[in-house]
Amino acid sequence: MDAENMESVDSGPMLSLRDLRVSYGDREILHGINFDVMPGETLVILGGSGSGKSTLLRTLVGLEKPSSGEIWIKGKDIAKISHDEMDEIRKRMGMSFQGSALFGSMTVGENVALPLREHTKLEDSTIEIMLRLKLEQVGLAGFEYYMPSQLSGGMMKRAAVARAMAMDPEILFFDEPSAGLDPIIAAGIDQLILEMKKAFRMTIIVVTHELASAFLIADRMVLIDKGNVVLIGTKEEMRASKQPRVRQFLDRIAEPEVARELDYLQMLTEDRRSLGVPGGKRGT
Amino acid sequence: MPLLLGSRMELGSQIGGGVLNGLAYLGSLTSLAGRAAYFAFVAPFRGKPLRVQRVVSQALEVGVRALPILSLITFFIGLILALQAAYELRKFGAMDLVATAVAVSMTRELGPLITAIVVIGRSGSAFAAEIGTMKVTEEIDALETMAISPIQFLVTPKFLAMIVMLPCLTIWANSMGILGGASFGVAQADFTWARYIRTSVESLFLRDLVTGLIKSVMFGITITAVGCLEGLNTGAGAEQVGKSTTRAVVMSIFMVVVVDLIFTVLFFVVGG
Repeated sequence: MDAENMESVDSGPMLSLRDLRVSYGDREILHGINFDVMPGETLVILGGSGSGKSTLLRTLVGLEKPSSGEIWIKGKDIAKISHDEMDEIRKRMGMSFQGSALFGSMTVGENVALPLREHTKLEDSTIEIMLRLKLEQVGLAGFEYYMPSQLSGGMMKRAAVARAMAMDPEILFFDEPSAGLDPIIAAGIDQLILEMKKAFRMTIIVVTHELASAFLIADRMVLIDKGNVVLIGTKEEMRASKQPRVRQFLDRIAEPEVARELDYLQMLTEDRRSLGVPGGKRGT
Repeated sequence: MPLLLGSRMELGSQIGGGVLNGLAYLGSLTSLAGRAAYFAFVAPFRGKPLRVQRVVSQALEVGVRALPILSLITFFIGLILALQAAYELRKFGAMDLVATAVAVSMTRELGPLITAIVVIGRSGSAFAAEIGTMKVTEEIDALETMAISPIQFLVTPKFLAMIVMLPCLTIWANSMGILGGASFGVAQADFTWARYIRTSVESLFLRDLVTGLIKSVMFGITITAVGCLEGLNTGAGAEQVGKSTTRAVVMSIFMVVVVDLIFTVLFFVVGG
């Protein structure tokens, strides 16, 4: 393949974040994220809705631009490089999206073959062989002529993984791999990720809020809450942590009802009986 | 009178804001067209070849599949033109001029314009809907993460297809319009088919055809730019795709008429 050969840093991290801040307009979503991902490890980024984990993932693959900070991937700070240089790095990465994001106008085979057709000068016959191989690796042998609309959710996910793997990436990103899948199919995707881990020794970064999946596939986990890193560590360190936000997330404790002064208009429109006191404020 | 002053300033800032937004929109359109042109004409010489297959399949959809509806519409338009022209010309006993009137109006103005409107309805909306849906399902993001430019992959083939197809469709539309006028001429104005068509062709100057075709190319560029821009700017959710598609059609029609005005004035001044 024609992918640019970058100097590999032997013992250093595959990916490093230094004080990463990302904003949408005036609103800062990520407030100074710091962590490293070592080559060959599987890091799971955990967090609730609105924690900023999706923004973090999108920034790592270059879909969002940081407002400040550094993201070092294989010796280059992707926050500061040109679009063409970023494209070269992207050829060494693969991403599986939450909704699969398969191209609806192409067959599964054409979807998987697309990166190969665009970025390599391989013969069609060779590409044919490679896409069959990728589909077999994800358990979709024989499905190359199906259209994405003909596949079930789990199968679409697998096809998306096959496409992400097409160029044999060094880093694989997953955005909510179990989203929308029933537990059995989701477990199948987890198994697929574990097999990929064992077979290819890639660096894998997964964003999810599914605890069961996370604990199954992770080497290390990082918990993000409201744009900050709460904790980063191994599964055991996570489980043993006494930090309240960590415990709340792992033990699935709901947000407590925060006592607050009610809006007068809200009181007027709500059912009086549920308030108890007609027209009065709900006390602490 | 502070209240009056306040409302005048409010109006001023609204107009100013509107103008700025309009200019920003034009800027985005030009930027998109420019980037598409880069991938069409410059990038192939820098190792990023053009996928001809994609251009051809777009051309098929934009051009060939529009022929039936375009034929019907422009035939009727030619007929309507002939009727309108005859309505006045018969007062002067100059029914012979109907052929000329229809031919010149179609070739210079109505052929390109009606073709553009049919293409807006079929393809302008389709571009916005296709790209908008891809935006919502993260397919555009997927292209980016695969180091494939969405402009090169999606927009450039459409531009090239439209630039080639719109003049072809316009020529077809002109012919159908003349035929439509001929059916009136033969039925009501003592023409034979042969004489009508000969008169139409003889009354046309080359510049009539050329100005019409130049307009059609400009319309093609406009329609593609607006349709693709609206698609790429789609917000999140299925409802937004509908909104983008509607906006694409409305803005395309408006922009096409503006471009038509600009070029008609230009050709009038230059004497073309």
